[in-house]
Amino acid sequence: MHLAQQVKHLIKKEIILEWRSKYALNGVLLYVVSTVFVCFMSFQIIDKITWNALFWIIMLFASINAIAKSFLQESRGRQLYIYTLVSPVALIIAKTIYNSLLMMILTVIALAFYSLVFAPNQDIDILMYLLAAVLGSLSFSTIFTMVSAIASKTGNGGMLMAILSFPIIIPVLIVLIKFAKNAMDGLDRSVSLDEIGLLALINVMVMTVALLLFPYLWRD
Amino acid sequence: MYKTWWKILAAVLVVYTAIAGLLLEVPRLAILNETIRNLYFHVPMWFAMVVLFTISVFYSIKSLSTQSEADDIRAVESANAGIIFGVLGIITGAVWAKFTWGQFWSFDPKQNFAAISLLLYFAYFVLRNAIDEEQKRAKIAAIYNIFAFPMMVVLLFVLPRLQDSLHPGNGGNPGFNSYDLDSRMRLVFYPACLGWILVGYWVYTLRFRIKTLENKHNNL
Repeated sequence: MHLAQQVKHLIKKEIILEWRSKYALNGVLLYVVSTVFVCFMSFQIIDKITWNALFWIIMLFASINAIAKSFLQESRGRQLYIYTLVSPVALIIAKTIYNSLLMMILTVIALAFYSLVFAPNQDIDILMYLLAAVLGSLSFSTIFTMVSAIASKTGNGGMLMAILSFPIIIPVLIVLIKFAKNAMDGLDRSVSLDEIGLLALINVMVMTVALLLFPYLWRD
Repeated sequence: MYKTWWKILAAVLVVYTAIAGLLLEVPRLAILNETIRNLYFHVPMWFAMVVLFTISVFYSIKSLSTQSEADDIRAVESANAGIIFGVLGIITGAVWAKFTWGQFWSFDPKQNFAAISLLLYFAYFVLRNAIDEEQKRAKIAAIYNIFAFPMMVVLLFVLPRLQDSLHPGNGGNPGFNSYDLDSRMRLVFYPACLGWILVGYWVYTLRFRIKTLENKHNNL
C-alpha cells in the first residue's frame, strides 16, 4: 500500500473506533466542563490574565488525558497486527493527524463553553484567539503523540507521560499563553507574528524528529 | 595518566583562569563593578554543558544504529557530566544575580528556562530508571535524548531572546561581546572556555571508563 493510503486508512480506523466508544470525546468534554465548573465556583470573578492562563492550563491537562491513550491503550495484539500491515511512518503521521483533529474539535468546544461561563475580555480578537487555540492544539498533539509513544514502551506509562512531556511542553505553553494574551487584549495582529513563527517552527521541528525517530521506537 | 597532553592543558588553563581572572585588570563598569570577573566562570559552564550534551546526542544517535552498549554508556555519562556543569552554571549565575540584580533568583526568563532545560535531562534519567531491560532502555532513552535536545536549544537560546530579561544578550539587551568584552578580558575568557570544556570532557571520559569497568566487574 502507498504511504498516503495507509495514513488514510489508519485515520479512518481511529475515527471509527472513537465513534463507536466516544470515550475520548465524551470523557475529555466532561473533564473540561467539570473543571471549568469547579473553577467557576471557586473563582467567581477572574481578571484578564487569569482568564487566559486558566484556559490553557485546563487545555493542557485535557490534552494530556486525551492523547496519552493514543498509544497507551493499544493492546499488544493490535500493535503487532498494525506492525505487520503498515509502515511506522504512516502510523505516526496518522496518529498525529487524528490527534490534531480531535484536539482542535475539543479545544473549540471547550473555548466556547469556557467563554460562556467566564465572560472574555471586551477587546478580544476572536479570530486570532481561535488561531491560537488551533495552533495550541496542533502543538499539543504533535508533542504528546510522540511522548505517549515513548511512554507506552516503558510499561508504566501514566506517570512517565507527565514527567517526560512537561519539560518539553513548557516552552510551547509559554509562547502560546503570550500569543493568546496578545489576541485577548486585541493588540494589532502584526505583534504576534514572532510567536506564530516560533510555534510553527517548533511544530515542524518536533514532527521532523518524530518522523525520524519513530521507526526505531516502533521496532521492538 | 592516559593520553596526557590535553589533560595537562585543561588543568593549566583552569588554574590560569582562576589566577589571571581574579588578578588582571578588568573594565570598570557601573553596577557590574568587580563582579564582571564572574564572566570567566559563569559563561564557560554553559559552554561546557552544551558541548557535553551535544556529545550525548551524538552518541545517542550512534547507539540507535549500532546498538552497542559502549555508545549508550557514553551518552549517559556525558549527559551526567553536562548536568553537573548546568547546575554549576545556575549557581554561579544566581550568585552573580544577587550582586547585580539584587536577588539570587528573580524569576528572570533566562533563569527559569535554564532550570526547565535541566528538568528535561532529569526526566531523561527518570526514564532510564523506569526501564529494566538494558537494550530497550538504551533505545528508548536515546530516542528521548534526541527528542529533548532541540527543545533544550530552543529553551536556552531562542525563547529568552523574545522576552524581557535582565540577562545580557536577551530581551533587547546587548550581549557582553559588543561593548565591554575588551581585549584584556578576551585574554582570560577564551582560555577559560577552552579549559572548562576540556575539564568537562575529562570528567566525562573518567565517568565512562569507571562505568565500563563496573559493568565488566558485574558481568564476571
